Amino acid sequence: MAQKKKEAARVVGQRQLAPGIFDLVLRTELAGQACCGQFVAVYPKDRSTLLPRPISICEADGAAGTLRLVYRVAGSGTAEFSGLREGDSVDILGILGNGFPVQKALPGMTALLLGGGIGVPPILQLAKETGCAKKIVVGYRDAHCFLKEDFESALQGHDGEAGKGSGVYVATEDGSTGTKGNVMDAIAANGLKADIVYACGPMPMLRAVKQYAQQENIPAYISLEERMACGVGACLGCVCKTKEPHHHTHVRNARICTDGPVFEAQEVDI
Amino acid sequence: MNTSVKIAGVEFKNPVMTGSGTFGSGMEYGEFVDLNRLGAVVTKGVANVPWTGNPTPRVAEVYGGMLNAIGLQNPGIDVFIERDLAFLRQFDTKVIVNICGKTVEDYLEVAEKLADTDVDLLEVNVSCPNVKEGAIAFGQKADALYDITSRIKAVAKQPIIMKLSPNVTDITEMARAAESAGADAISLINTLTGVKIDIERRQFVLANKTGGMSGPAIKPIAVRMVWQCANAVKIPIIGMGGIATAQDAIEFLMAGATAVAVGAMNFINPYATMEVAEGIEEFLQKHGIEDIREIIGCVK
Repeated sequence: MAQKKKEAARVVGQRQLAPGIFDLVLRTELAGQACCGQFVAVYPKDRSTLLPRPISICEADGAAGTLRLVYRVAGSGTAEFSGLREGDSVDILGILGNGFPVQKALPGMTALLLGGGIGVPPILQLAKETGCAKKIVVGYRDAHCFLKEDFESALQGHDGEAGKGSGVYVATEDGSTGTKGNVMDAIAANGLKADIVYACGPMPMLRAVKQYAQQENIPAYISLEERMACGVGACLGCVCKTKEPHHHTHVRNARICTDGPVFEAQEVDI
Repeated sequence: MNTSVKIAGVEFKNPVMTGSGTFGSGMEYGEFVDLNRLGAVVTKGVANVPWTGNPTPRVAEVYGGMLNAIGLQNPGIDVFIERDLAFLRQFDTKVIVNICGKTVEDYLEVAEKLADTDVDLLEVNVSCPNVKEGAIAFGQKADALYDITSRIKAVAKQPIIMKLSPNVTDITEMARAAESAGADAISLINTLTGVKIDIERRQFVLANKTGGMSGPAIKPIAVRMVWQCANAVKIPIIGMGGIATAQDAIEFLMAGATAVAVGAMNFINPYATMEVAEGIEEFLQKHGIEDIREIIGCVK
């Protein structure tokens, strides 16, 4: 297993993708270990705000040694990160969590890859690692459809089976582009069918995904989030309710940071 | 140069320990910290049966620290002994098990189950502010503290450390009650009760409403309380509360703590315990101090 560590990463560049949404590329030794759905904890420099911020990995390039983090400014920590410029140093802890089990998407299957809002970024690395046909459905508030082009080019990069029958579908809450509504509306509007679902997004969306997967009788892997402190499973701050007592905690709680953040939807109470 | 300290006849290779609840059972930080380098690992509170803990959100950041209201989630003493204790025993470090309960009988059951194990000391949590029953109810009244201390002391095979709450009017009164009831040592401080409000949503940030504050911002209060207790009792004190660096730890030692624990800082810097241990050695070396005991309680 890869060794977790805290290290100073170097900022390769940062740009703004949409109002409040930033795209940060870091050079770090940890890049080579990262898989889709995992995250890093990023430390603010301001010593009054001490806890690291968990941010999902949008893309990991082991060869280049870079991690791409696309995040929303939500408070003072992420506001500070949005000011990072090329050449700056930033402390990160990683690689954390268990990612999406892409090996469950077998050749010949069709996978639904769903991202909503700030849950869209980890779906990009997932799309690159998923080996079967995939329907990527991404939901946004409005026409600021960040990363949409990246998904389209990720599909073009896939030859053969992985590219066949794949497509990118968009939903916007205000109807400015794509299907008006959320990702579930876009699935219905486009008549999409799949053998397996992967999703990251706000809790109402994940609840709908869980219900959809149950109705369709297909597996769904969903990525959860919660306020986190340690990121390594020690503090028990970021738990989610589980259907059965968890094998590590021995109570009906699993640690999102280490037992997740990705869980089989039917195994968690959300 | 000697960095070892002794508490209740148990010798620790150095005075650096982990704060209960901030280091899991050691396993979670095994990837970052060589546990052999620590004076002791103090484990997360464990009860007689598994506890689910509080709803989320359980943690919130505050200026210079954090609030937590985990609610002592734990897998119960049986799993703890079989899995966590077995893990810790692979390392050359002392093991202090933090025990909790809703009733005195719960505590006694845990102490009895640990009697046949080779744990080095027990730390009794009578100061968790985040559970409705037990815990802090025993730590805020001197007579209740005296009672639970003497009853646990009667069954425990290991020396007992009473972990005190700072959420009292006079902490020295609690320290004296613990000492006179037979406690072998005291540890302080546990977290300070606090509240954070989300002004946009007009609600508490924590599901539990209140939480325990920890982190560098609480250090001066903790140093003050350690110093007060050092002047009030003769039993050894394990000092904690906001320790981030070796300099912080040395303040506690000089105030009268025989050992120190790194708590919330583990979340911020997973290497903090080792850095504090190394930093203390450097300080002793730099000042030509042969024995760490020379600085313990040197500030009266």
